[in-house]
Amino acid sequence: MAYKVVCYINQFFAGMGGEEAAHQEPFAKREPLGPAMQINFLLGDEAEVVGTVVCGDSYYGENIEIARERCLELIKGFSPDLLIAGPAFNAGRYGVACGDICVTAGEILGIPTVTGMYYENPGVELYSNKTFIVKTADSARGMKDALQNITTLSLKLLKGQKLRPAEEEGYFHRGIRKNFFYEENGAKRAVDMLLKKLKGELFKTEYEMPTFKKITPAKPVKDIKNATIALVSSGGVVPKGNPDRIRVSSAESYGKYDISGIDDLSPEIFESIHGGYDRVWANKDPDVVLPVDVMRQLEKEGVFGKLYDYVYTTTGTGTSVANAERFGKEIGEDLKKAGVDAVILTST
Amino acid sequence: MRLELREVLIANVKWGERTEVCDGVLFVNRNEAISYVSDDPRFEYVDLDLARPGESVRIIPVKDVVEPRCKLEGRGEVFPGFIGGMETVGEGATLVLKGAAVVTCGPIVAFQEGLIDMSGPGAEYNPFSRTSNVVLVVKPKDGLEKHEYEEALRIAGLKLAYYLADKCRDAKPDRTKVYEKGSLDEENAKYPHLPKIVYFCMSITQGLLHDTYLYGADMKHIVPTLIHPNEKFDGAMVSGNCVSACDKNTTYHHQNDPIVEELYRRHGKELNFLGVIPTLEDTRLSGKERAAWFNAKLAKLLGADGAVISEEGYGNPDTDLCMNAKICEKSGIKTVIISDEAAGVDGKSQGLADATPEMDAFVSTGNVNEMVELPPMNKVIGYPEAIANLSGGAEESLREDGSMFVELQAIIGSTSELGFGRIGARWV
Repeated sequence: MAYKVVCYINQFFAGMGGEEAAHQEPFAKREPLGPAMQINFLLGDEAEVVGTVVCGDSYYGENIEIARERCLELIKGFSPDLLIAGPAFNAGRYGVACGDICVTAGEILGIPTVTGMYYENPGVELYSNKTFIVKTADSARGMKDALQNITTLSLKLLKGQKLRPAEEEGYFHRGIRKNFFYEENGAKRAVDMLLKKLKGELFKTEYEMPTFKKITPAKPVKDIKNATIALVSSGGVVPKGNPDRIRVSSAESYGKYDISGIDDLSPEIFESIHGGYDRVWANKDPDVVLPVDVMRQLEKEGVFGKLYDYVYTTTGTGTSVANAERFGKEIGEDLKKAGVDAVILTST
Repeated sequence: MRLELREVLIANVKWGERTEVCDGVLFVNRNEAISYVSDDPRFEYVDLDLARPGESVRIIPVKDVVEPRCKLEGRGEVFPGFIGGMETVGEGATLVLKGAAVVTCGPIVAFQEGLIDMSGPGAEYNPFSRTSNVVLVVKPKDGLEKHEYEEALRIAGLKLAYYLADKCRDAKPDRTKVYEKGSLDEENAKYPHLPKIVYFCMSITQGLLHDTYLYGADMKHIVPTLIHPNEKFDGAMVSGNCVSACDKNTTYHHQNDPIVEELYRRHGKELNFLGVIPTLEDTRLSGKERAAWFNAKLAKLLGADGAVISEEGYGNPDTDLCMNAKICEKSGIKTVIISDEAAGVDGKSQGLADATPEMDAFVSTGNVNEMVELPPMNKVIGYPEAIANLSGGAEESLREDGSMFVELQAIIGSTSELGFGRIGARWV
């Protein structure tokens, strides 16, 4: 049986007119309309366009929640295996509608979705992480290539074929890194790249440098004598037995542990599970990583007000920045709620 | 300086009456080999096993891999500072049992060793699935400190690799490779118009148990220095690392450094290969700064136009990587980086712990966090329960049937940052 494909297009490509018809409300036809006819042809025997959903660009943009819901209902009515929207080329409102309906159908119906846009279309930045946006020319003059590339990718998705990297498949990448095998080993690729760089020729890096978020440091503590200070650590010190099963590396979680009444982390009740350093000394005296003993001493001496009753801990080795950022946000909010004034972060 | 690598091609390994090579088969006298490495009082017992390409065998946990080599002609002996004395190496002729490898196995730090599958999907990622392996499994005496265990096993691995080659020194080489390069003056005079390239070999120096050795010297105590590329072929650099397995440079990687190979291959044609700067990855900021400034200074003194910079490990060494690129580029030396990424299991995270705009030429050797399904193997050499504690493994990784679902980083050498393999992370 052929796969079922539904196409989403705007009023213009449905042949209803330009701006004057842009407030067209959503409707569906049990046939391919406009570019969907060529898509149906290109899909061949393996897939069929079973319906076209049409909506005016202004209608979608101005009533986004209702438009989204109504279009989704119409799409759902065809029980499709895949949705193709557009292509929208450089049309901004159309790009947003195509991106939005693709992301919605993908999330709610669980089907793959494909659209096409020019790189300057605002839809690219908004939706490229959540749907497949095939790279197109800036106008319908590039229709032929756009439809060819969209249907090629769609058929691969329908058949569950392994995809090559985004640049080879011709879509804007979804912000995901995946391993592939190159023709040449890394050493040869590196020397090739360096020679090009030295000659002033164009070269293509294999990983564009990420931009780090700059975090504005909090203001200094004004009244240290009365401040509550918390200990937070990526050094992997946890209660013995690792009750929360924090991973030894590439951590996906952190733990929060009560240290009220504890003056010293003894190796009988605490241990290090960190996968990135030699734990011999940390396991003889966990305070060397999580210095509860020294903090208690300073607390008693009145150097600061109070050591917070809980410590937060995870393993910081191979842990993805995305996870680390999430831990930081959650721990920070928790500490703020608890009225903690300052934090000492210990790493290894 | 001229070095011949006389390679005897090994296609299989078997137990034999005597240790020798016959028609591409490495025969190993098991008892003799065991007794050769057993004289260390720190060992409870020493055992040897064999693993060949295509077999349903898993070796775990793997500490180091060493290629069997010994000197045939010229000064010194392989692995100077361990097997050989302190004479510098890299001249004359060296015998290589190409296709064979010594694999050392033992749960030293529990979670910082890796695995080798001799067949199945895991083998695709692993250079040591394609070598005929003599596996050294060593049990330490009770109460032996971990760093002592590491040292004992490291030396035993080097000894076994030397023993195997030494016993086969009369074997007829199947091919000979010549690596020759003169002084800077000579090479500069020969190739005045070729770009001059230096190679920074960043090495983990965060010990205990995270160390690299140069002529037996613990590199965390050195400032960056210069070696002739030939010295690497004779085992000048030795791994003493118990770190995440995917991107540690085993001794085998150093002996077969693909960056040295590639720069040599193009030397005199497209570039002028100046030499190798073994450099460190200090745990302290001042140490990182010192190393980076020394590297750039050495490169400048050598007259380098460009530098290939390879990383070892991930996380805090990313900062060394950035400093090396930044200071070189600011000194007018163009750089290319070879590194892997830790982009998370879903590949959606940024892949480096530190970044700088100067790292604009970056060769990726893969996302270490990507998950791999490894089916059960009929035979396990070593300690299978170790996977629960491997970097990249979690207790749930090892299923009852022996299959595993682990991060790529559990497979030794899979994302080698010397660019040994063809893998790389790309956008999807």
